Amino acid sequence: MRRRLFKNLVNAPVTEPLGPGGPDAFEAAGEALRGVIARHLGRSLAIREVDAGSCNGCELEIHALNNAFYDIERFGVRFVASPRHADLLLVTGPVTHHMREALERTYAATPAPKWVVAVGDCAAGCGVFAGSYACVGAVNKVIAVDLVIRGCPPTPLDLLRGLIWLLE
Amino acid sequence: MLKALFGNLAPIASHWGWPRVAVDAATWQAIGEALREGKLDLMGEWGDESAVHCALFEAATGQLHIASIAVHDGRVPSLAVFHSPAMRLERAIADLFGHEVTGLPDQRPWLDHGRWAIRAPLAARAVAPRPAVAYRFLESQGPGLHQIPVGPVHAGIIEPGHFRFTASGETVVRLEQRLGYTHKGIERLLRGSKLDEGASIAARVSGDSTVAYSLAYARAVEAALGCRPPQRAVWLRGVMAELERIANHLGDIGAVCNDAAFSMMHAECGILREETLRTCAAAFGHRLMMDRIVPGGTAVDLTPTGQDAILALGQRLRRQFPELVELYDSTASLQDRTVGTGAVGAALAAEFAAGGFVGRASGRSFDARIALAYEPYDVLPIKPVLRSEGDVDARVWVRILEVQASIEWLEAALRTLPAGPVRLPTLAVPAASAEATAIVESFRGDVLAYVRIAPDHCLERCHLRDPSWFQWPLLEIAIDGNIVADFPLCNKSFNCSYSGHDL
Repeated sequence: MRRRLFKNLVNAPVTEPLGPGGPDAFEAAGEALRGVIARHLGRSLAIREVDAGSCNGCELEIHALNNAFYDIERFGVRFVASPRHADLLLVTGPVTHHMREALERTYAATPAPKWVVAVGDCAAGCGVFAGSYACVGAVNKVIAVDLVIRGCPPTPLDLLRGLIWLLE
Repeated sequence: MLKALFGNLAPIASHWGWPRVAVDAATWQAIGEALREGKLDLMGEWGDESAVHCALFEAATGQLHIASIAVHDGRVPSLAVFHSPAMRLERAIADLFGHEVTGLPDQRPWLDHGRWAIRAPLAARAVAPRPAVAYRFLESQGPGLHQIPVGPVHAGIIEPGHFRFTASGETVVRLEQRLGYTHKGIERLLRGSKLDEGASIAARVSGDSTVAYSLAYARAVEAALGCRPPQRAVWLRGVMAELERIANHLGDIGAVCNDAAFSMMHAECGILREETLRTCAAAFGHRLMMDRIVPGGTAVDLTPTGQDAILALGQRLRRQFPELVELYDSTASLQDRTVGTGAVGAALAAEFAAGGFVGRASGRSFDARIALAYEPYDVLPIKPVLRSEGDVDARVWVRILEVQASIEWLEAALRTLPAGPVRLPTLAVPAASAEATAIVESFRGDVLAYVRIAPDHCLERCHLRDPSWFQWPLLEIAIDGNIVADFPLCNKSFNCSYSGHDL
């Protein structure tokens, strides 16, 4: 382990600077939101992720935000374990009927001011699961959505740009 | 055993590949008894409008048969009464098709939580919706017992499901799972879908296994239509499947260590996983390689730089991964958490026919790439991996060894990659309904796909069975007698799919 730690001391970090790319990489619901978050939270944002029935593809890419390449914590963005600690819900999936109540209760448990970001094509508009007896559909059919990040799944870079844009 | 059971029955002509036979109630019972005695492995059980099918594997001969029993007056006899691994499958059949499974010991609904606008969504006739009733969890009695309900929304960035722990102090005395929260009605969406629509739904059954699901679906469709994809596509599919396995195993190894508070492994494995995903994107244009495998071949060819990118990844992994393995193996505080934790005995793994790292860590050697040797593994075999301890450590080791085997396989496959087209221009049109079953090995274990295709290339029925069906129940047993704090570790070492199971 000592050798490994020493290596990491001398090697350059793998963490990458955020390249160019702006709001065109995702679909924004309102420019105003950005100012609101900046006013209320400064540069920190606590996120609670809610899987409302996704295939887990989106979760894999949200996970990747925490790896050393993207390292989302350097921007003040942190994933938290409870909605009670969260400023923002990151919701994935075509909201199944079985997850609807859990999503509503998670939203209710999040203290105001709070925002909702729908992640992925399913959360944006039900994706390939449109028309199913088991799905409610897009997240905005259940709770108010402030920003939509499309993709199947959206890449970590898409997600990162969307969230940074909220903060800047 | 298969010969004794079905030797004098004529296989159904519309089913291609492995034989499917129609059986009567007496033979169905004989199947149940053979399963109970461990002479056959249950590889799946699924419903149809007027029948129930089961897939049976005989390890001694390497043969696979599908047996079907007709539904009479809405009733069908249970296999679970003989063989408990069929329990949840039969509860799901009752929920989705409305068949009454006679003798089924557990009659509680499984996938139907009483919140759909319809009941029995796959039944031939509409059935009135089920009223939402409180789910009755199994009882535990004793002094000082307390319950810990967890989920469906979990603390981490993971899929939703409910765990009901009953604990005595810190020790878990019972864990009961309740799943179905991510049920998306996939099998009904598949019914009537065109083959290409079906492919994009199959690719989204479980996002981490999208390559394996697409492959299982494509192989079943190709078997039913009697077409063979071009050789280059066959090999590219194998390359994608092994890249998917490496990426997922790397993620899992890091995540298990992270749940034992050893975050350095998590960070290091995370870097290798990200490099693998970027290589996938460079080689096939998508980080998870979603929608890359389609019936008739692959949707894309390897990019011009793809081959070098994968070989470079192999080199990097060969250099860096052994260091991490050594770190895992020589850190006493980490070994203290993983060795002996969450053990699954060989008998249980065999009874449940558990696939993937769960089975292979508990002495069950089944690997669809070897036991069923589908292409391209028939030409270039993968090195078998087997451990017998059955604990968290063994499941980590199976992954470590499989990553190494996959790297070797990839390098050999890329050296002999044939040239040529990657997709058939058209798929054959069947004269009448044609059906087939395929099994492929995902990183998690064997995925089964059954398709029945109408002459207009629409799916009459498509069933996809996730390996997790036979792994989730073992997690309930693995945690028994362990402390509550070790559950995340056990759970991560299983890494069962919610979405793949709930469908």
